[in-house]
Amino acid sequence: MMTPPHDTSTDDAATWQAQRDQLKALHQDLLHAPVPEALQTAALRLADRQAQQAQWWRWGGMAASVLFAFVLGWAGRAQWHHGSAETAAQAPTQRFAQQAALAHAVYQPEVRHPVEVGAAQQEHLVQWLSKRLGRPLRLPVLAPQGYELVGGRLLPGDTGARAQFMYQDGAGQRITLYLGALPSAASETAFQFTGDGPVPGFYWTDAGFGYALSGQLTRAQLLELATAVYRQLQP
Amino acid sequence: MNRTQVIEQLPGLRRYARVLTGDAWAADDLVQDTLERACSKWLLWRSGSDLRAWLFTLMHNLYLNQRRGAPPLAAVDIDEVRDQLPGAPGPSDDALDLERCLQRLPADQRAVLLLVGLEDMSYEETARILAIPVGTVMSRLSRARIRLRALMERTPEPPVEHAPALRRLK
Repeated sequence: MMTPPHDTSTDDAATWQAQRDQLKALHQDLLHAPVPEALQTAALRLADRQAQQAQWWRWGGMAASVLFAFVLGWAGRAQWHHGSAETAAQAPTQRFAQQAALAHAVYQPEVRHPVEVGAAQQEHLVQWLSKRLGRPLRLPVLAPQGYELVGGRLLPGDTGARAQFMYQDGAGQRITLYLGALPSAASETAFQFTGDGPVPGFYWTDAGFGYALSGQLTRAQLLELATAVYRQLQP
Repeated sequence: MNRTQVIEQLPGLRRYARVLTGDAWAADDLVQDTLERACSKWLLWRSGSDLRAWLFTLMHNLYLNQRRGAPPLAAVDIDEVRDQLPGAPGPSDDALDLERCLQRLPADQRAVLLLVGLEDMSYEETARILAIPVGTVMSRLSRARIRLRALMERTPEPPVEHAPALRRLK
């Protein structure tokens, strides 16, 4: 069988490869661009439902009817939760914790711009964010726990501006402290642990301000850090 | 399943939707619709199965349904499409050309081409996502590639025609 010296199948493979390369170059920038908040919110809503579902799968040993009832209950709760006014007293606080975890998830992996103002300009950072949050802020020192300040940024929240301070340990592990006014919340609450967000954390309120400390750490480590933060922020 | 896994999907979904729809706003709308659809269909998702593939499936159902309902935008005349090109020729001309040509492919061919070519999905995965037989994936891919290449080769001149194109904008 005589085959032509020019192998068309190889040629074809090369063309295909070239086409693919061109396709893959399209809108590469979007892979690194910030995602609009509406999409993040929708994604979190989805994740929450999936998380609930996953839990029910894990407890598969339960009787089917019980399972079904629970799933219905949860779905109904979620529906009600984001569909109507948040009547539950702690809802704003939980939402605050959710936003803190989200902000952590968004900025913690950031390599080039993890913060808006770096630790080198600490004084400016504190002044700026104090002004925007309408209260003199203090930066907790977490060096004894092994965490140095990276810097901070200003973020939008339901009830006004929020500040996020980022700290990092020697191994590059990052934690964030998220804070802002929460006028509708209880004036003071105990530490509450949240483990169902993109990242675990402790949150609490104190004198009309909400605080959330997030990081991919164990509950005990987070508690230690949250306690250190809380102590230092006491007047 | 945690939130990070879903959040991680967002940039990829956005980029894919951007190339698929050829429009930034339409793309984010499509992603939003996809997430909302996923929210209402979450019971159908099995924990541990491929989240990305599932989201792509939902996205394509939405997209192809939209296209079916919509007037045949895909069959738009080339002159009309050319008018959408901004005048300034720049380094991204090739990319613009490619995007424009992609939009001239039938939506189902474009979907196969992008899932395999852009997202590196296997024929089997693509077939599952689009709910079509593997054979159809292969034939659509082959047709899409030939057509895309023909379109690309036919349009190296548009930059020259920018001036006359302006006339059509009134």
